[in-house]
Amino acid sequence: MKELVYAANDAAVIAWRNVIRIRRVPDLLVFVLISPIMFVLLFAFVFGNSIDIPGGSYREFLIAGIFAQTVVFGASFTGAGLAEDIQKGIINRFRALPMSRSALLVGRTLSDVVYNVLSLLVMALTGLLVGWGISSSALDAATGFALLLLFAYAFSWVMAYVGLLVPSVEVINNASFIVTMPLTFVANTFVPAENLPPLLRTFALWNPVSAVTQATRELFGNIPPGTPPPEAWPLRHPVLYTLLWVGLLIAVFAPLAVRRYRSSVDKR
Amino acid sequence: MPNLVEASGLVKRYREVTALDGLDLAVAEGSVLGLLGPNGAGKTTAVSILATLLTPDAGSARVAGIDVVARPQEVRRHIGLSGQFAALDEHLTGFENLFMVGRLYHLGKPRARNRAVELLELFELTEAGGRPVKTYSGGMRRRLDLAGALVAAPPVLFLDEPTTGLDPYSRRQLWEVIRGMVGDGTTVLLTTQYLEEADRLADRILVIDHGRAIAEGAPDELKSRIGAERIEVTVTDAAVLEEARQLLARFAVGEQQADARSRSLITPIAGGMPVLSAALQELQRAGIAVRDIGLRRPTLDDVFLTLTGHVSAPEENDE
Repeated sequence: MKELVYAANDAAVIAWRNVIRIRRVPDLLVFVLISPIMFVLLFAFVFGNSIDIPGGSYREFLIAGIFAQTVVFGASFTGAGLAEDIQKGIINRFRALPMSRSALLVGRTLSDVVYNVLSLLVMALTGLLVGWGISSSALDAATGFALLLLFAYAFSWVMAYVGLLVPSVEVINNASFIVTMPLTFVANTFVPAENLPPLLRTFALWNPVSAVTQATRELFGNIPPGTPPPEAWPLRHPVLYTLLWVGLLIAVFAPLAVRRYRSSVDKR
Repeated sequence: MPNLVEASGLVKRYREVTALDGLDLAVAEGSVLGLLGPNGAGKTTAVSILATLLTPDAGSARVAGIDVVARPQEVRRHIGLSGQFAALDEHLTGFENLFMVGRLYHLGKPRARNRAVELLELFELTEAGGRPVKTYSGGMRRRLDLAGALVAAPPVLFLDEPTTGLDPYSRRQLWEVIRGMVGDGTTVLLTTQYLEEADRLADRILVIDHGRAIAEGAPDELKSRIGAERIEVTVTDAAVLEEARQLLARFAVGEQQADARSRSLITPIAGGMPVLSAALQELQRAGIAVRDIGLRRPTLDDVFLTLTGHVSAPEENDE
């Protein structure tokens, strides 16, 4: 019991430290917020006219996809943040302290939620400006945002593990693209998955990013009335399917990352 | 006095490099052991094992009576570590860095806060305490890093090359602080490349090379084993070198060496500055023009030359 209290305290201290850093390095934050705005505008105005959504508007369709993509991309900050701690050597101070072995990772994944909250906020505002809207109840909308944040949190554990495996900020930033690009593009994020060629379609239909997107669209009321329900099981139960992935990612990658942190040796 | 730090037969290998090759060491409570050796000798590896950052491939170690491999988390409650690369958060202020460390040692918030304020004052960083660390000078960072190691007032302190790369003023300042802590009863294991530093701070010195202990003793014992100080004279005219040699022969405690090509003369002496000054007067009285004269103390290279027969090992990057 005492161990748990300490672990929570230590994670909170690390999260506090990371949030201070977000405030002190506003350049990074500006960058984090500008890129989703750019994505909203780019897709809305460049692709918006060439992609046809039966019975609805592309902008309505698009925003949930961009939300999902942005929170997945955002997870690379978790990896980069950990890699930076290792490179700068501060991790050796932490490892010589009697703090909980999970605290650095739990604190990091928690503080990165701040990035996601801020970027969702900025994107939602941009979306409203280009003609997107929420046509569901406040509770449904809140559930939609909560689901996005939860999925983002789970995904940041994947990147935490990657960050400990490849402790270099530059490599992380490039390596994470290899994972996040296919995950976020071979999905129903920017085009309806049904239009994809067979192999890609199967991937897209079972891709958790598609499920998050589908769930968010439903919860925001962004699906045009009269749209036939999706056939694939994951997309018929997108909230459940997303939650299954959240559980799976945390159950697999949190212990992996913590074990990697415990055994990581001084690389200097 | 019981030993607060004890290690026997420590071995650590990294692929082809053997960083530690059966190292034994012991530090008595309240004393300072200086671990002296060139780059790549295994100093940092030894400290990393004792501070629970690394596990040894063989051998055992106890800190404050606790086994570092079996119960690392308990060991961490009794130690402070200050490394050769200051482990601080650049974007946090000095105060925030110390407060964070205090919270991670599980001092309550008020105690962590008080301790941070106390330490900033002790290290003359009160004024800078509200500024992000990235604005600090090298000396200030080292002081703050050392302060971080003291937050929990641990009985055992590991200092890994605490003054490497510092200017002489900051170095002296840091020495003062470390001596103060030892005066308060802290047990210290200190690594250094500088004989002078070990001399100033350590009760005992352990010289290591290639991961093994090659000599141990009190600084004076070790120095007398290494050999005396020497006077080095460079004359302006090679023709008077022999005359100079004869003049200084009466100060010599060992064999003199004259080198005509560089017009220099080395005379081992005992007695330090007064002897140097007497020697200079002697040369001036004889009208010998001296280009340069100085007292040279044994350096780490001399230690190695004497103890191992080779100059300090080439730099290896395993530290």
